Amino acid sequence: MHAVEETPRLSTFLSQIANGLVLGSLIALIALGYTMVYGIITLINFAHGEIFMVGAYGGLATLTYILPTAIATTWYFALPIALVAGALVAMLIAVAMERFAYRPLRNAPRLAPLITALGVSVALQEAMRVFYPGATAALPFPNLFVEGAVVIPIGDGVVIRYVGILLVVMSLVLAFGLERFIERTRLGRAMRATSQDRDVARLMGIDPDRVIVLTFAIGGALAGVAGVLYGSYLNNINIDMGFQNGIFAFTAAVLGGIGNIRGAVVGGLMIGLVKALAGQYMPGGTAYDYVWIFVVLIAVLVFRPQGFFGESERVRA
Amino acid sequence: MAFLSVRDLVVAYGAIQAVRGVTFDVEQGQIVSLIGSNGAGKTTTLRTLSGLLRPVSGTIEFDGTPIQKMPAHEILSRGMAHSPEGRRLFARMSVEENLRLGAYTRKDEAGIAQDMQRVYDLFPVLGERRTNKAGLFSGGEQQMLAIGRALMSRPKLLMLDEPSMGLSPIMTQRIFDTVRELRDEGTTVLLVEQNALAALALSDKAYVIDLGRTTLSGTGAELLADPRVQEAYLGENVGT
Ligand SMILES: Nc1ncnc2c1ncn2[C@@H]1O[C@H](COP(=O)(O)OP(=O)(O)O)[C@@H](O)[C@H]1O
Ligand SMILES: [Mg+2]
Repeated sequence: MHAVEETPRLSTFLSQIANGLVLGSLIALIALGYTMVYGIITLINFAHGEIFMVGAYGGLATLTYILPTAIATTWYFALPIALVAGALVAMLIAVAMERFAYRPLRNAPRLAPLITALGVSVALQEAMRVFYPGATAALPFPNLFVEGAVVIPIGDGVVIRYVGILLVVMSLVLAFGLERFIERTRLGRAMRATSQDRDVARLMGIDPDRVIVLTFAIGGALAGVAGVLYGSYLNNINIDMGFQNGIFAFTAAVLGGIGNIRGAVVGGLMIGLVKALAGQYMPGGTAYDYVWIFVVLIAVLVFRPQGFFGESERVRA
Repeated sequence: MAFLSVRDLVVAYGAIQAVRGVTFDVEQGQIVSLIGSNGAGKTTTLRTLSGLLRPVSGTIEFDGTPIQKMPAHEILSRGMAHSPEGRRLFARMSVEENLRLGAYTRKDEAGIAQDMQRVYDLFPVLGERRTNKAGLFSGGEQQMLAIGRALMSRPKLLMLDEPSMGLSPIMTQRIFDTVRELRDEGTTVLLVEQNALAALALSDKAYVIDLGRTTLSGTGAELLADPRVQEAYLGENVGT
């Protein structure tokens, strides 16, 4: 008799774990951009959430206005094309942002680029609201992956949509690929060198401007992919999606230890899980789920101010 | 025209002029030293030569080309390498990665491997610990790695800023012997030192920098014998 009572509870719990992992890997993908940019130029790019948002709209525009309907509705064409389009649009915005908003302030006091980032964030939101047809309201976004779900037969059943699985797998593969790139390649080594000591990187023949552009480009492309996956999973997008998820992703980067790739992934997954479980089990439900994210953030920072994977100080020879 | 020729160099940090008139020449195949007390402007001069700082005025010609307006990575590609004051290794990277970064602008994998081996032959302790993080090394070992890293670009001119800083007399001797060896193999060396005695003993030519200006010059032996140099720069260093 006991088991009959327990299984529905277990299935609810497992469903929320699955939801949390999906949301978390999305946040992780966005958090990579925050953490990379911070690692190279110690700037919190508060407009990074908007890059994610613009990527989603770039993907949607491609599906709506560029691709013929027959292709836009065939998932194995539409998915890769929308992902690449979203990544390119987001990459372009990220690179332009660096070139025109942040580079002129490279040697300015720290507060100047930070305030500029907030300005860029608002400007991008308003520009999209004004110029994207119909963007004053949420827009429907098609599921670009095969419909349907895996159902694990526990209690009422744990339903995991295929598109959710795609999202988790893609995020983890991209994060893993990024880490390999940074650890193993010549350009990755140049990125680490620039992050550790920019002047000495210059003495090695590295052009920091190119490394910085590369960093924004990679972070932007990942955010664009995240934007398209987000639309595909939630089936609608809106102008505020960048602000909300940007804050979660920024929190994830800090939680994991800002500047650290693995930290961003762990931080993202943790925030996804906290949000999903708190929405289910804590008083106030989903209306207050984000409160618990910040409770966790504060709790972690009290005991480990540098985050999970951060270094307590930057070691220099 | 000399291999490296610096004329009337003036460099400022904002309103503060740190270098107010530095003029000197470096001939190919020589060790040339810049000596002077702390704050004289030696490091500022080297940082300007390698393109990290822009001069207010003056000219720098290297191998026949004016370089005072070039970005640092181009200057490196032209054959000047700079091992900075305080060594500034990439502490969280291994010996091997530090060396690879020294060869960043090169594409010839075989040549890079060969030069890496040459650094390990020059400093066997680096070869034994090639996968260890640079930050864990002693001062002398770090200095070896800093020199090795600068050599990895196959420079025609090697600039060393205070390589003896914080090292024991034995380690200082070891490093200076290596500098001499490199010169004998054909690398031109521009050496900045506060340890004037050791530097002058090694140098083919030397310049004294005082309050941002080159004031005296001569062969190493001449300056060692000069009473003005003895009084101002050799007193506290005798015996080390
Ligand atoms: N980053 C800096 N900003 C302002 N002043 C500096 C800076 N670096 C050095 N200086 C000043 O420039 C002068 C020359 O310094 P430096 O070139 O380091 O001398 P040296 O290497 O001969 O000891 C000193 O007065 C020093 O205080
Ligand atoms: Mg100095």
